[in-house]
Amino acid sequence: MDMKQDALTARETRNDFHATPIIPPVDIVEDQEGITVTADLPGVSNETLAIQVDGDTLTLEGTVNLGETSQLKSVYAEVRSPQYKRSFVLGRDLDSEQVSAHLANGVLSLRIPKREQAKPRRIEVKAA
Amino acid sequence: MYPSLTRFPGDLFAEFEGLQRQIENAFGLRQWPSSIRAASRGAFPAINMGVTEQAIEIYAFAPGLDPAKIDVQVDKGLLTLSGERPVEAAKDEKASVYADERFNGAFRRVVSLPEDADASRVEATYRNGVLKISIPKREASRPKRIEVRS
Repeated sequence: MDMKQDALTARETRNDFHATPIIPPVDIVEDQEGITVTADLPGVSNETLAIQVDGDTLTLEGTVNLGETSQLKSVYAEVRSPQYKRSFVLGRDLDSEQVSAHLANGVLSLRIPKREQAKPRRIEVKAA
Repeated sequence: MYPSLTRFPGDLFAEFEGLQRQIENAFGLRQWPSSIRAASRGAFPAINMGVTEQAIEIYAFAPGLDPAKIDVQVDKGLLTLSGERPVEAAKDEKASVYADERFNGAFRRVVSLPEDADASRVEATYRNGVLKISIPKREASRPKRIEVRS
């Protein structure tokens, strides 16, 4: 990892055994067409964001890049890790190949559409 | 073991994950002397503060805001950040919500500044959801190199 990026959390990495990635807060909403995941990833840019689908596991990973100078000494920190990571298991009804993502102002929006056959259908009841 | 994307709020795994987060936060906090204005866990926005020889830099992790609507004020050595993160538009009636963890609503955080902060020249920039506030130190308190004459 770039030492500059780590300046704010340098004290933590010295004192702690390991810096656990932050679990970002998310909103998850399902509608008839698919699922929307919104995640707060402040400090993450398009370049430092990685979204991976492995099998039916979706993983979000991001690195905070504040562009601070290396001479910055941390005096107080509530955000103690420069990493975000969170994983989800997608159901079989979701189309993991069609995931679209949009990152703006540190908020990631993911749209995972349902597979065609999984969308709700109305079943006609025929008169006997 | 991962949380499933389509689980219901209040289930055992969700609660376990919440507990895990609390434990992590509690242990992380132990090593830091806490400020009297330190907010409890989960406050929005989270704040980191650092110093260089020239300035005090405050980073507020406040994603999804309109920079024009963030209110930054310095008064008597206190820096106040306030604003509002809009509640998302009313959702479709047929939509089901599986997680609602992100902060919604009005926020306000206060940070006490070191005495050598020069409050007359504060700069604030918003990038990738992080608000950076840079406050230069007073000229008199910066480290100086003194020439020794022979």
